[in-house]
Amino acid sequence: MTLIGTSVKRVEDKRFLTGKGRYTDDIKLPGMTYVCFVRSPHAHAEIKSVDISKAGNMPGVVKIYTGADLTEVNGVPTGWQVNFKNGDTMREPKHPLLVANKARHVGDAVAMVIAETYAQAKDAAEMVFVDYNPIPAVTNPQQAAKADAPKVHDEFADNLVFDWALGNDKAEVDRAIENSHHVTSLEFINQRLVPNAIEPRSAIGHYEEQIDKYTLYTSTQNPHLTRLLLCAFVLGIPEHKVRVVGPDVGGGFGSKIFHYTEEALVTWASHQLKRPVKWTAERRESFLTDAHGRDHVTKAELGLDAEGNFTALRVKTYANMGAYLSTFAPAVPTYLHGTLLQGLYTTPLIHVEVDAVFTHTNAVDAYRGAGRPEATYLLERLVDTAALEMDIDPAELRFKNFIEAFDGVEQAGYQTQVALQYDSGNYHPVLQKALEMVGYEEFRNEQAIQSNGKLLGIGFSTYIEACGIAPSAVVGALGARAGLFESAQVRVQPTGKVSVYSGSHSHGQGHETTFAQIVADRFGIPIEDVDIVHGDSDAVAFGMGTYGSRSLAVGGSAIVRSMDKIIEKGTKIAAHLLEANPDDLEFANGKWTVKGTDKSVGFGDVSLTAYVPHNYPEGLEPGLDFSSFYDPANFTYPFGAHIAIVEIDKETGKVTLKRFIAVDDVGNVINPMIVDGQIHGGLAQGIGQALHEGTIYSEDGQLINGTYLDYVMPRADDLPSFEIDRTVTPCPHNPLGVKGAGEAGCIGSTPAVVNAVMDALKSYGIHDIEMPVTSEKVWNIINANS
Amino acid sequence: MIPPQVAYRKPNNINEVLSLLHDLGDDCKIIAGGHSLIPVMKLRLNDPENLIDITGIPELKEIRDNEKSITIGACATHAEIARNEVLRQHAPMITTAASMIGDIAVRNFGTIGGSIAHADPAADWPAVLLAANASIVIKSTDGQREVDIDQFFQGMFTTAVQESELITAIRIPKTAFNANSTYVKFSQPASRFAIVGCAAAVEKGGEARVAFNGVSATPFRDTAIEKAIMAGADIETATANTADAVSVMSDHFAQSAYRKHLAAVYARKALSAVL
Repeated sequence: MTLIGTSVKRVEDKRFLTGKGRYTDDIKLPGMTYVCFVRSPHAHAEIKSVDISKAGNMPGVVKIYTGADLTEVNGVPTGWQVNFKNGDTMREPKHPLLVANKARHVGDAVAMVIAETYAQAKDAAEMVFVDYNPIPAVTNPQQAAKADAPKVHDEFADNLVFDWALGNDKAEVDRAIENSHHVTSLEFINQRLVPNAIEPRSAIGHYEEQIDKYTLYTSTQNPHLTRLLLCAFVLGIPEHKVRVVGPDVGGGFGSKIFHYTEEALVTWASHQLKRPVKWTAERRESFLTDAHGRDHVTKAELGLDAEGNFTALRVKTYANMGAYLSTFAPAVPTYLHGTLLQGLYTTPLIHVEVDAVFTHTNAVDAYRGAGRPEATYLLERLVDTAALEMDIDPAELRFKNFIEAFDGVEQAGYQTQVALQYDSGNYHPVLQKALEMVGYEEFRNEQAIQSNGKLLGIGFSTYIEACGIAPSAVVGALGARAGLFESAQVRVQPTGKVSVYSGSHSHGQGHETTFAQIVADRFGIPIEDVDIVHGDSDAVAFGMGTYGSRSLAVGGSAIVRSMDKIIEKGTKIAAHLLEANPDDLEFANGKWTVKGTDKSVGFGDVSLTAYVPHNYPEGLEPGLDFSSFYDPANFTYPFGAHIAIVEIDKETGKVTLKRFIAVDDVGNVINPMIVDGQIHGGLAQGIGQALHEGTIYSEDGQLINGTYLDYVMPRADDLPSFEIDRTVTPCPHNPLGVKGAGEAGCIGSTPAVVNAVMDALKSYGIHDIEMPVTSEKVWNIINANS
Repeated sequence: MIPPQVAYRKPNNINEVLSLLHDLGDDCKIIAGGHSLIPVMKLRLNDPENLIDITGIPELKEIRDNEKSITIGACATHAEIARNEVLRQHAPMITTAASMIGDIAVRNFGTIGGSIAHADPAADWPAVLLAANASIVIKSTDGQREVDIDQFFQGMFTTAVQESELITAIRIPKTAFNANSTYVKFSQPASRFAIVGCAAAVEKGGEARVAFNGVSATPFRDTAIEKAIMAGADIETATANTADAVSVMSDHFAQSAYRKHLAAVYARKALSAVL
């Protein structure tokens, strides 16, 4: 029996598709109260006074808190410290749970209205009168970095959070660029995106006085990390007194990794009131307060010699952090972005500088891909642009510069110029396969004779990403305030059924299926006999949660380690029952067999014996239940080749994505259907950034497109039927050989689409086009040239 | 998203609605599908004291085939209109436009009367009804009046309907130009409302009516195009100055120059389909 590599249908889908998922907002506790926040309508304003007298007398109001009530309470911390180049400490302002004197972005919470029903809380919130004095705001990071920009935090000299650099000696890189035969240069904005998980964030604080324990139910991607930050950094509650539950969670895309102020507030308030306190975001609050993604202003230059070999890469980025530092924010433009600039190429000299900047906007943090899409976008746009400028075929230019194959076992990993060592890679075949799938020559012929008022274009992207984060010692040296291992407990019940307690957290990924496949396959038992438990800090020993495409590579490996221990102990029990030497046994298909004989004992018999140890090996403990903590040896490095074909209507400028080919290598695949689903979803999100999505801020810091009437999400009818395939280059350093598939589609696809648009428009002599590539932007180019 | 508290009534005949409208004045709002009103109430941009639900009145839902016209009850949903064979035969642009509104849920709930009463300039009905030379049947306790569509839309979210009046039906004349008509639109990619919507109804060798929504704050007929077509100009010439007579809207999906260009493109598309 082998379940690994089989498209087992997702066991969790029955409850989701029949509307029976249990999300945080579905939980109703006796005596529960409801929160409506009063949020700043201004991006930057002094708060002169907050008048709650009228609101306090509204029907059903239990309590109203303002910033003044919380001056003694800590703010929410960031989990990563990146210091200045000169060694100065990162600027880390307090992120107060409620602001008292100053609002620093639209949506900053000023008051917390708690009432018997949500409707009453909402009505009362309208009667809280806040006297604001609006002051000038800045939303663009490059402008915010200027000396005369409005300051976000008065205690600092300017808006810089830190400056940071990585790579080869700057002077050497400068010289190499200067001496290059050709330099391709791009300046662009990688625009800010709103994550838009389908389930809005929700949190319930529940303090039970009689047992002096707190429970926080929250829509989180990592309950234990939330507990750690909440207890140790914000409220100072002993960790063993707090249970954090992340029940069914409806998507996160990164935005539910972070520890948010609302989680701390409902926990704190439930202790004050001795009643459960629930808050669920309205969609408008999600737009304004779920940590956003991307938002880089970048200048990137690629040097090439006369043959098209890359000689040097130089990058300068202004990264928008928003008004406060979210949990992972400092790591995203640095260790998840600068470190990926080697790409798939042998570029010998690389230097990257990042200035992280405060602005009067909502916080920016990890969003599907987190730093790697930004790195891939700049690299892949540079490569296609260089190909166009030097009149070299863009596929050929890539083949010429690819790193040669290495498996990480026989050949060493590839040491990049930007700190990372790739684990294993074989880059030529993914692009080769994608070119065959697209029919490259035929396409170029068709493109040459196109004459029906449409423009055809093809765009490439060959990407690498780092996921399966991460070796704890490595990230610790880089400023992480946590380890990034994962834990798993495998408990074989007396009847041979198996419960797995995983520190990973599923919020759409399908862990209940994929993890069960691994366990059922290894133990040789039906998949129905395996249950995956996750998302509850009282049930699961510890966990670092799910993000950075890490669950299978790190969490799955922890499960394997625990299963190893089960098999090892089970072998001792089986040897005793079979009156054989443990070394003479082999375990396969759910039973231990004495090699070369038909004597065997089944998994169920051994597990029953472990719990009813009447006839049992001397000195061996009863029970069959093991935990493991797996700390990975390295990141994993999925890669792939994406090709987009677009058609542009010259009359309207409308871009239609005609085809999208993706060949991804995510290492070994456990469930092909789930991996395909992850790739599809990632592609849609990456294409969304290229053609549709992006925040628009007014001069005074208002989010202009903060509703679904104005913020364009990609829809099924915007997308072609994806043509996807894969190659398999196993990860050499984890027991499953898996790399991670959650973000790949989102990382590779964006530049492929923009490159295709640029290819279609190449006769118009333009150098770049700003994302999202709207019909109007394209028409403006066509119109200016006709 | 919870709206403020509101009193809700659901009368089962028109006279009761009219007397409630008369008694309550501007303290009430008519609700049918609620696709425009409920969102603004949830956003707390509108806070009526009373809602009068008119979806329980059968005669307001009727689509009636008369001798010289078709009357569409104000409470007919977009979906009911989209699948009406009589309308498809006599005024195909009506059923086409109905099928392009929103999504299935919106079409199943939203009503034609509600849409035109709201008078969103980017909605799909205005251009079609202007091109159709429709008239709007309006009732109050003072009686019934019928307003020519050319006088109905008076500005963004503004119509000829007065306080205490109720739109009861939309009358579409059976004409040669309506029998040869179409509606095309360039959708706003998020909301799928019209950035430009163009309806064209042309009797070959006879009357031509060409109207737009999405382009300016008030939906309008482009009489320059109509005159040129009736004078026998080719499509390219007739649409050369599309939307010159109006002030063209701008937003982050389409600044006025692009929107004006699109209006001409969509006028050509519509006219090509009917000429």
